[in-house]
Amino acid sequence: MNFELLFQLLLNGLIVGMLYGVVAMCFVLIYKSTQVVNFAQGEFLLIGAWVCYAFLVEFQMPFWLGFIFTLLFMLAFGVILQLVVLRPMIGEPIISVIMVTIGLSIFFQSATKWIFGATTATYPQVFETRAISIGGMQIETAYIMSLGISLVIMVAFYWFFKYSKLGLAMRATAFDQQVAQSLGISVKTVFAMSWAISAMVSGVAGIVIGMVNGVSSGLSVIGIKVFPAVILGGLDSIIGAIVGGVIIGLLENGAEFVDGQYLHWGNLFSIAPFYVLIVILCIKPYGLFGTKDIERI
Amino acid sequence: MAGFSMRPCGDFRTSYRQDTRIFDTTFVRYAAVCGVVATALMPFVLDGYYVNLFIQISYFAIAALGLNILVGFTGQISLGHAAFFGFGAFASAWINTHTGIPVLLSIPLAGLLTAAVGLLFGLPAARIKGLYLAIATLAAQFILEDFFARADWFTGGSSGAAANPINVFGYEVLDDFSFFYVCLFFLVIMYVLGSNLMRSRDGRAFVAVRDHYLSAEIMGINLTKYRLLSFAVSSFYAGIGGAIYGHYLGYVSAEGFTILLSIQFLGMIIIGGLGSVKGALMGTVFMVLLPEVMETGVSALSVFDWANSTAVTDGLAYIKEMAIGLAIILFLIFEPDGLSHRWQQIRAYWKLYPFSY
Repeated sequence: MNFELLFQLLLNGLIVGMLYGVVAMCFVLIYKSTQVVNFAQGEFLLIGAWVCYAFLVEFQMPFWLGFIFTLLFMLAFGVILQLVVLRPMIGEPIISVIMVTIGLSIFFQSATKWIFGATTATYPQVFETRAISIGGMQIETAYIMSLGISLVIMVAFYWFFKYSKLGLAMRATAFDQQVAQSLGISVKTVFAMSWAISAMVSGVAGIVIGMVNGVSSGLSVIGIKVFPAVILGGLDSIIGAIVGGVIIGLLENGAEFVDGQYLHWGNLFSIAPFYVLIVILCIKPYGLFGTKDIERI
Repeated sequence: MAGFSMRPCGDFRTSYRQDTRIFDTTFVRYAAVCGVVATALMPFVLDGYYVNLFIQISYFAIAALGLNILVGFTGQISLGHAAFFGFGAFASAWINTHTGIPVLLSIPLAGLLTAAVGLLFGLPAARIKGLYLAIATLAAQFILEDFFARADWFTGGSSGAAANPINVFGYEVLDDFSFFYVCLFFLVIMYVLGSNLMRSRDGRAFVAVRDHYLSAEIMGINLTKYRLLSFAVSSFYAGIGGAIYGHYLGYVSAEGFTILLSIQFLGMIIIGGLGSVKGALMGTVFMVLLPEVMETGVSALSVFDWANSTAVTDGLAYIKEMAIGLAIILFLIFEPDGLSHRWQQIRAYWKLYPFSY
């Protein structure tokens, strides 16, 4: 058994899993506060990565400026999306809400392909990338950076929901919209802001992945990978999203290892999370940390 | 009271039979028959392009009706319909080439086989519903897609499977002209079956499960049974549609049944109208014609300089996809009940004209 490869893959899994966790967290944020399942989460990453790319390459901005502009763009994008498309859908049946985000996902995916092309583009060198060795394993600094950024985002989320006024308002709204409204919280603002924050953070995740792997329309696959992660963790749990993301990342790379060393099926790595998804849905549909849906007649 | 040509104001239906008939009035029934006859005469008048469009519409419409039974009538969301459609295509090709069963029989057999697979992936529906079920079917889509690429014995793997042409009593259906009638035959049969299913106890049970599953269960409807049955019926339709598709193209490739096609199916029933048999047909017509109309529109715009630029001509494929997404979003926002609802409003407007308030 090739332990070195296994550890390398598991480390990769951890790093990718943290990114999944971040995206899953954004997904859960939207679901928790607005009860919308966002099938277009992957496209948020895609748009964030491409917009930042456009600022850096087309407009030749320094990285920090382009990054800030991208964040502002994603903020506006999230708010406008919520106002124009999602607000009319409040109170509609679940199929309509799902379909509207799916429609958005197709629309933005083909729009980015149309505008930016379908080929992979590499970011200009922002940080120096060289491999450093930790405990005998070669790790690229870009991966360390992405791990660091994921951790920073998670801590920021923790702080945001624990102490900031808007974060508390969001939690109150998620708990009970009517009570929150009667206490003077603007539910409209909360809805718009949760989309905006989700879009911004997903955009950052998109930029991080873009800097490591290059940006292409394949980025939006992460929006689909989020589903096994959030179902595993529980649809309405932020902690669950992180745990689920990490587990799915590890599982993917574990499957890659088993596949490459023993089975030689090929492609197991991308399909394994979905088998897990089906199994979880059959055994424990509300995931590890999700709230059970109790119905009374 | 046997046959009105128009329904008078007030509701004069006095028997249960009258209430559940497929066509409200005699006029509608004759109109439907005339419509089928007119369609049957179509290939004599119109050229091959329209015949080809009709064939596309018919196999997609059969699958869309299946999805509408699942989503629109039973309220279970499926994001994996294209995978079942593809399974039907492969199954029919496989049955025909490996057992020698004639194609006309292998198509329904493929439908049954797909129904069995649909039942398998519908099993989570016994426990979960709504959003969770949608995600489970999303997983089914990816698992089946992976299976198509992997199972060489069944699908030919990445090289795809060849499907023989349809053979009716020794007469090989090779050109579009005769295939048109095969399609029309299946389309009419499947739609009549679908309408009749919805009039039966099982059909009403589906609707009851959709409207309020707890009340349905209290009224003695076995929830698990009907949820699974709905999955099976829906996959059966998808299988039939897929089988016709496979035999029409003569070649089934594993790449053709992506999530995008699943979304297009959902788009068809949303645009047509959830929970409406004729809505499925209308939505399919819309969805098939949309890219064609886009193409005609772009070529009509080519008198302008900007429409000749490479951005527009090369991006046409993307523009078409964007149009699909946009159509779904716009319909959900502005006409959530779909084209069939709009059609009823137009009818009501003319029936009550000029007092249509």
